[in-house]
Amino acid sequence: MRLPDRVTAWLLLLPALVLLVTFTHGPALATVWDSFRSTAKKGRPAHFNGIDNYRAMVEDEVFWRALWNNLIYAVGTIPLSIALAIAMALWVNSRLSGRGFLRLAYFTPTVLPMIAVANIWLFFYTPQYGLLEQITQGLGLPSHNWLGDKSTVLGALIVVAIWKEAGFFMIFYLAALQQIPPSLAEAAALEGASRWQYFRRILFPLLMPTTLFVFINALINSVRMVDHLFVMTRGGPDNASTLLLYYIYQVGFSFWDTGYAAALTVVVLAVLAIVAFAQLGFLDRRTHYQ
Amino acid sequence: MTPTTTVFRPAPAARVLETAAAWLLGLLWILPLAYAVWTAFHPSAFSTRFELGAPLTLQNFANAWSAAPFARYFLNTTMLVTMVIVAQMVLGTLAAYALARFEFPGRDLVFVLILLQLMVMPDVLIVENYRTMNALGLRDTILAIGLPYFASAFGIFLLRQTFKTVPKELVDAARVEGASALQVLMKVYVPLAKPVYLAYALVSVSYHWNNFLWPLIITNSVETRPLTVGLQVFSSTDQGVDWSIITAATLMTSAPLLLGFLLFQRQFVQSFMRAGIR
Repeated sequence: MRLPDRVTAWLLLLPALVLLVTFTHGPALATVWDSFRSTAKKGRPAHFNGIDNYRAMVEDEVFWRALWNNLIYAVGTIPLSIALAIAMALWVNSRLSGRGFLRLAYFTPTVLPMIAVANIWLFFYTPQYGLLEQITQGLGLPSHNWLGDKSTVLGALIVVAIWKEAGFFMIFYLAALQQIPPSLAEAAALEGASRWQYFRRILFPLLMPTTLFVFINALINSVRMVDHLFVMTRGGPDNASTLLLYYIYQVGFSFWDTGYAAALTVVVLAVLAIVAFAQLGFLDRRTHYQ
Repeated sequence: MTPTTTVFRPAPAARVLETAAAWLLGLLWILPLAYAVWTAFHPSAFSTRFELGAPLTLQNFANAWSAAPFARYFLNTTMLVTMVIVAQMVLGTLAAYALARFEFPGRDLVFVLILLQLMVMPDVLIVENYRTMNALGLRDTILAIGLPYFASAFGIFLLRQTFKTVPKELVDAARVEGASALQVLMKVYVPLAKPVYLAYALVSVSYHWNNFLWPLIITNSVETRPLTVGLQVFSSTDQGVDWSIITAATLMTSAPLLLGFLLFQRQFVQSFMRAGIR
């Protein structure tokens, strides 16, 4: 006896759907619900407290600091890592000597655990002993505590993020470049286009879908990539390097203020939801071309 | 991989300049790792002194290995990654098959709901998922680290796209011969998607080997901690800041992935490409 198609299909989907609802959709909705409730304390269960958590958020300087830092983190990381990724892909895809080594060098940070490489970078930035200090001292420059100074700590973290991401994004550009027929370059050359014109007028527009895809990934990463904070700065000094997800972790698991952590999470979810709608539209458009 | 830009050869001077830039970037990118290797394989006296004659040693690795239960951490991570991969493959295959092969009311809606997880990943839902694990009595277990990732939108999406390219004639032929829906899946779809499974496995292994925040929150003991969390506990509990030992531990935890990557570089890169372009 054969089951009707619709029954088979739902049975096949069931295990995945149950887990998705339990650990993604359910918690996302519960977060919104909990953001309107107080944190349960001894003898006082959680109760509805309206927009108290959000009111606290508006007055919370650390939240605004984290939001602002996260914006700078995104703006500092995304364009540079995309530009570097394109350059890397073009180089690895061309006839440069040693491109085997180059591909290896560019891609290696992608497979290393962020928490592990953060240790290396911490040593790199260490005052007096660190490699960076050795170089700057060798050049006769004054000593500088890169991670201990409020004005440089975020920049130092952005460098690590770019280093970690660029090689990963390179892969997507490599894949896209290899789909572009060589006849286009020949035609452009016949028309007398320069190499820059070929890149600017033909390659770059053709890479646009990839750039969009990479851009959205980079946006998500700028929310998600906080592991190195745990090793390098712990959000300091004076919250100068706190990012949203790290702050959620602190509020939720150091201060155990789950109601407020839920309200903070709602902010992150709102940001991601906006990105999600943009992405869905984009995915739709792409499938039309296929 | 064949180079495509054969027409636009830069002028010799520009070519030299570009090669230099590419190499400079490459060296910069490999520098932190090279530095870590230097520090880990030399006595701590040489950790910032770069002399050719510096004696080589494995003592840092031995010290790190004996200073923390890294063997247990390796075992935990291996179990975690294996469990996640197997679950993701099985659940992803079933779900993707339903979405690619069957017509049923609500299919598009379900697909969109699944895709939502690409954005709202478990990584940001730490507070609620912790509460759920607590309620299920699963806190501080390896299962709890993996469970939120078992159903992966990315995997389902990837496999669905692949399954959609399977020719209908093959499926019909199998059906005519009396194969059940499950047999069609196992005999026709799965074998044709092998490269995609490999690609997905490599991407997923590197993700979960390296994952840190959620395991940090949900684990609390040596028996459950994966390598990443173990490394963090090890390097933050004041080792007298012996960098040589910390870098040795750092290299040790990255070693399996790094070695795998060096050995199967081509497959790794192509897998990430395959996973990315769909």
